[in-house]
Amino acid sequence: MAETTTGAARDGAVAIKGRTPWQITKGRLTRDKITMVALGVAVFFALIAAIAPLLTAWKIIDPYSTHPELVGGLGSLPLGNFGGVSWSHLMGVEPGIGRDIFSRVISGLTTSLTVAVSAALFSVALGTVVGIIAGTAGGWVDWLLSRITEFVLSFPQTLMLIALSTIVIDLVKTALGVSRTPASMLFMILVMGFFGWPNFARIIRGQVLSLREREFVEAARSLGAGRWRIYFKELLPHLWAPILVYGTLIMPQNIATEAALGFLGVGIQAPTPSFGSILNDSVHYASVDPAYFIFPGVTLFLVVLSFNLLGDGLRDALDPKADRQ
Amino acid sequence: MFYYLVRRLASVVVMLVLITGTTFALFFASPLDPAKYTCGRNCTPSILEGNRKALGYDQPVYVQYGKFLSGLVVGRDYPDNAQLRADHPEQIVHCPAPCLGYSPSQSRTINSMVGEAWPVSISIALGAFVMWMIVGVGGGIIAALNRGKWPDRIIVGLALIGFSLPTFFIGLVLLTFVAIKWGALPIPRYMPFTENPFEWAHNLVLPWITLACIFAASYVRLTRAYMIETMSEDYIRTALAKGLGKWRIILRHGLRAALTPIVTAAGLDLGGLLGGAIITESVFSLHGLGWTAVSSVTNMDLPVIVAMVMIVSAFIVLANLLVDIAYGFIDPRVQLVAS
Repeated sequence: MAETTTGAARDGAVAIKGRTPWQITKGRLTRDKITMVALGVAVFFALIAAIAPLLTAWKIIDPYSTHPELVGGLGSLPLGNFGGVSWSHLMGVEPGIGRDIFSRVISGLTTSLTVAVSAALFSVALGTVVGIIAGTAGGWVDWLLSRITEFVLSFPQTLMLIALSTIVIDLVKTALGVSRTPASMLFMILVMGFFGWPNFARIIRGQVLSLREREFVEAARSLGAGRWRIYFKELLPHLWAPILVYGTLIMPQNIATEAALGFLGVGIQAPTPSFGSILNDSVHYASVDPAYFIFPGVTLFLVVLSFNLLGDGLRDALDPKADRQ
Repeated sequence: MFYYLVRRLASVVVMLVLITGTTFALFFASPLDPAKYTCGRNCTPSILEGNRKALGYDQPVYVQYGKFLSGLVVGRDYPDNAQLRADHPEQIVHCPAPCLGYSPSQSRTINSMVGEAWPVSISIALGAFVMWMIVGVGGGIIAALNRGKWPDRIIVGLALIGFSLPTFFIGLVLLTFVAIKWGALPIPRYMPFTENPFEWAHNLVLPWITLACIFAASYVRLTRAYMIETMSEDYIRTALAKGLGKWRIILRHGLRAALTPIVTAAGLDLGGLLGGAIITESVFSLHGLGWTAVSSVTNMDLPVIVAMVMIVSAFIVLANLLVDIAYGFIDPRVQLVAS
């Protein structure tokens, strides 16, 4: 697409062909090799996460069976080099009971990505609604929503997540009558999602402030469009670029936060695999069996890196003037 | 300027009251019984009720909050019992203002816990701050000046890697390999600066690197973006045309203009960290505020959790205020007015 346009312009013979914003974006994206690779890797991880439950059901991976024969010696460390790496156990086995780490990382992807995606959707939805309302309504509504945004931003996110885990997980468990794993997942989605919205609401509010002065909003209003129609039929379609970019950039943060909480022992816990629960368990063996935290840690790094690169690339392609922080 | 300050200070006070109130309500008005968590393994109903009374959990939440606020201003006694104070003054723990509360599981005031943990957190935060500012801002300037060339690519690539490496993973790798396996640096333990400045720094190098990594990466990106923007301004070309020295232009004209966003970010980041670097402190078992917060969560020590949230929020709010005031000095275009 881009090639033909430049070629034509050089000849000066053919009229310049108009391109829709989406075509421009697609052109920029496909020319950006790093982003395309990141997209491929991110999609690959997402696919693995999606089919991991099937792989477990079909016994291709096995995150729960123990292999006591593969560990031994003082401290029941994995036999063999690098934490017991072999063709049947690509990342070795856990010290102690010998579960297959590769299978646990694959299934852990499902848990971690489910939490990260749901929390990201929650933050983005909440941030978009608050941002649109604050930006369009103006007056005291805007003032109040902006103060609430500031208020939520004043709370330390990580500390609040850790602190609230004590009571919220207990509450969810008793209220819904579920076990610890779904309760911690729900807790992380809700609380992580909740602390993600204020920054995004600010971005959306800023965009809406300039959008609301545009003619098409004026036109819709003079045709008698209601408030909610203006919010969601007129304004929302113009906001998909920041929504997509922010959604992608908040994903890796959520994945890393889930892992960090698990590492601190307040998130999802073994035997349910997730990056957090695996790394939390591996910490106890860090000095005697470093392979146990390095394999999952490097995988976590690759997942986070691919989503960060993808988010950066999307931002460059969709919104070249945005703050490149 | 004066009215601006008064207005901002008033809003800071309002914000702090709201934050402490919300935190208090979240933890003490929840359907869970806070006294239950003070009781330990061999809990009997009489111990439970005794604790409830001694810690004031039998009173309505707003009364508890009122006592907390008055404790912040004038201090308070634990347990707050006039009879006991008259009969056995030695059993009363006095918590001087600003009293943050009392930890039943540690049997001491939170003030004394904070007093012990704070120097550790400040040492970690300040060292890492210096490190990431030098590396981050320096790297960002070099990348911006060589935009598109190999130094830029390498720096931007490294920044992305640093930004994507989870802090606890960096910390674990450094601790396991550099400190434990190779013994190149000591396994960090806190040594007061006043006792031995060299050992203080020697012990904290690994935590500093761990903490500085992610920040350095984001400051590279920030500085690079703003430097590229300012270096393409007309006044930079004018300065070049006047024949000013290269570094004078870069630092006095270019960086000066890019300084506002950097100072904002630096102030807010440092403000948040003074309340404790949770993950770094946990990885290296350094008993700072972050470590105290995590261990209070594992022990279900509610008053400590609440106090920690309040301390860190207070730092964030105050950092916001200081950054806004600093604007007026860094950026002459900004006028501080009460709107």
